[in-house]
Amino acid sequence: MAIIDLVINRRLSLAALPPDWPGNNYWWHWLFFTIVLIAFVLVMVMGAIYIERRAMGRMQSRLGPNRTGPFGLLQPVADAVKVMLKENIVPDNADKIVHWLAPVIAFAPVLMIFAVVPFQNGALLADLNIGILYIVAISSISTVGVFMAGWSSGNKYSLLGAMRNVAAVVSYEIPLVLSIVGVVLVAGSMSLNTIVLKQDIPFILLQPLGFLIFFAAACAEINRSPFDLMEADSEIVAGFHTEYSGMKFAMFYLVEYAEAIAMSAIITTIFLGGWRGPLLPPWLWFIVKTFIVFFVMVWTRTTLPRVRIDQLMALAWKFLFPLALINLFVTAVQVLVWPDALPWTAVYINIAIMIILIFLWSRFFKLGWGRVEI
Amino acid sequence: MLANYGLIGLFFIVVVLFSLSMVIIPIILRLLKIVPSHPNPIKNSIFECGVETIGKTWVQFNFRYYFYALIFLALDVLVVFLYPWAVQLRELGLTSLIVVFILVFIVLIGYIYAWKKKVLEWK
Repeated sequence: MAIIDLVINRRLSLAALPPDWPGNNYWWHWLFFTIVLIAFVLVMVMGAIYIERRAMGRMQSRLGPNRTGPFGLLQPVADAVKVMLKENIVPDNADKIVHWLAPVIAFAPVLMIFAVVPFQNGALLADLNIGILYIVAISSISTVGVFMAGWSSGNKYSLLGAMRNVAAVVSYEIPLVLSIVGVVLVAGSMSLNTIVLKQDIPFILLQPLGFLIFFAAACAEINRSPFDLMEADSEIVAGFHTEYSGMKFAMFYLVEYAEAIAMSAIITTIFLGGWRGPLLPPWLWFIVKTFIVFFVMVWTRTTLPRVRIDQLMALAWKFLFPLALINLFVTAVQVLVWPDALPWTAVYINIAIMIILIFLWSRFFKLGWGRVEI
Repeated sequence: MLANYGLIGLFFIVVVLFSLSMVIIPIILRLLKIVPSHPNPIKNSIFECGVETIGKTWVQFNFRYYFYALIFLALDVLVVFLYPWAVQLRELGLTSLIVVFILVFIVLIGYIYAWKKKVLEWK
């Protein structure tokens, strides 16, 4: 009797499902993209590590890793295996639970960013109509993980590094977010898929100033050189991950590169036309563009020296933020003048405005010797 | 639309499990004696230039970016209000631009005041 009751109950509960309950297709879509996204991030991170080490080697007149596999291609794999077999050292003074949780909290949000990035027309996990807002909200959560790491290590260098990281993220969040508002204005939508579809002229041409601000702010937000003060080796050992070893250290390494890839993917999507391009299949265009943006980040890293902390803050608050606001209002006026789609005239106007603004505004600054005083 | 958030939520669960598994795998490997574990007091001490750390780490210290955090709060809330306006600008027209300009201007006064008061200097 009990079994029959159970069967009847089950049938009732099935009948009680809402009529718009997602069908089979939904679950397959979810399963496919979950596996693809995680594999994509891991493979892209390996590619990024390889590119960074080889390109930096070349730029610094040395070879870079070239022993494991052809052209050293298997170096990231070797690193991964090595680091997984390392001893895990937790300091006696550390806050053990927070120390364990920090890498998880830093890593999860970075993977979540990729959920709304389109690889092809409609090929994304979830086409949220607030895609950009979602990215802005999610991407700064990993700072909490970094701060937990710095705080729980019980090391003063770690704490300093984590504090600097929070300061940098708090400062650069605003220019970053403001420069995306310009893109949203032009596209008239926050869904990343729609933004890519609207880019008949890539937004890097329509929003050159916005692109530069976003690029600089993104570099600062993900601790890339020249803004990598939070792990400045010559000042504070290794910053927040000084006390980490083994797999947990590897996770912070992974976070660093996954963030770089995530930011490259976002720049590709909102400024460089995403998956659009001739001849090659769309997803390949997307990956190629992502790697090009990442390569530019590596290039910046090898070219520019590290900035001081006061220069870092001054750049965010006195240079990027006012320019981002001006860019926002200029774009708003242009959108009102040309409501349908911005023509090529706007491209020339915007590039001219960018050059004039950058030259005029940098006259406020006396960088180089001494402190920044305005 | 809700279905989309369902996808994100399910993905979030998988991502958290995945990241947890990456932390747990070394523990299992340690139990299997593949990963070594030989702690000793020197190894487990805090890294600090070869000398023992003096005092606790969790001390009060100069909270320099307190003012940055305050300005950040005001400006970030402002920016979040700009997003819905940015999406709808074409329908809302010139009036909305003027309204938003006034809104931004009010916050900007605070920003300029902070700049003049040298709050934006990192000293």
